[in-house]
Amino acid sequence: MELAPFSLIEPLAGGALIGLAAGLLRLGTGHIAGISGILRLGVRGPDRGWQMAFLGGLLLAGLVAAAQAGPRLAAGLEKASIPALILGGLLVGIGTGLGNGCTSGHGICGLARLSKRSLAAVAVFMALAFLTVLVRRMGGWL
Amino acid sequence: MRIAIALVSGLLFGLGLAISGMASPDKVIGFLDLTGRWDPSLAFVMGGGLAVAAPFYWLAARRGTALCGDALGEPGQSAIDARLLGGSALFGIGWGIVGLCPGPALLNLAVQPLSAGIFCAAMLAGLLFSRRD
Repeated sequence: MELAPFSLIEPLAGGALIGLAAGLLRLGTGHIAGISGILRLGVRGPDRGWQMAFLGGLLLAGLVAAAQAGPRLAAGLEKASIPALILGGLLVGIGTGLGNGCTSGHGICGLARLSKRSLAAVAVFMALAFLTVLVRRMGGWL
Repeated sequence: MRIAIALVSGLLFGLGLAISGMASPDKVIGFLDLTGRWDPSLAFVMGGGLAVAAPFYWLAARRGTALCGDALGEPGQSAIDARLLGGSALFGIGWGIVGLCPGPALLNLAVQPLSAGIFCAAMLAGLLFSRRD
């Protein structure tokens, strides 16, 4: 296996901030920082206040980051075709709805509370994501 | 208080995503591409996140309640069933197609509004369609 030049500090520091955010929300309010669930309940939930505040903070971070880094923050997104964006978005939405969580809810929060369900979910979505990139590399579709 | 904590948490979460590289599909696909030139960077995002989140979770569990006095939210289910595994499989495929998971997709609305907007609209449709609650 050949390794690309990789970074250590940014991923670790960014990951630590994500962990701090998730930990703060859990210890402070008891809630789980799973983005797919927060988005779903923020749009259509019985008590939407905290979810909307969290989403507001997330969107605000986007504005700050965009002002600092510009479009390169999302480097590669400009290459995605419209069919790929629609299909990818639909699958991410349906999948996280059925599976009850995404990279944050299962990957960070679920694993932090040693949930076997989240461990199974993470193993499956990581495996399928690796496989999808492999198939796309071979087939060149989308 | 709850609202303020949620706002700060969302802000920190988003800044963390931006700093980590998770918002870049190039970076994510590079991490998922084991047979190409593999970029292991993003493994450290989960590592760093877990290392910091775990003590907070442990402390919350030990206290039994959140600092604001509320009960700790627990996911309703505990079974590893077809719905969990099938849903996670679909999510993995979608993540692999574009290189965006839900947090970065929302963050990128401010960065590349058109592409991120199409992705987020489809994601929200899928999310609301797949659940009744």
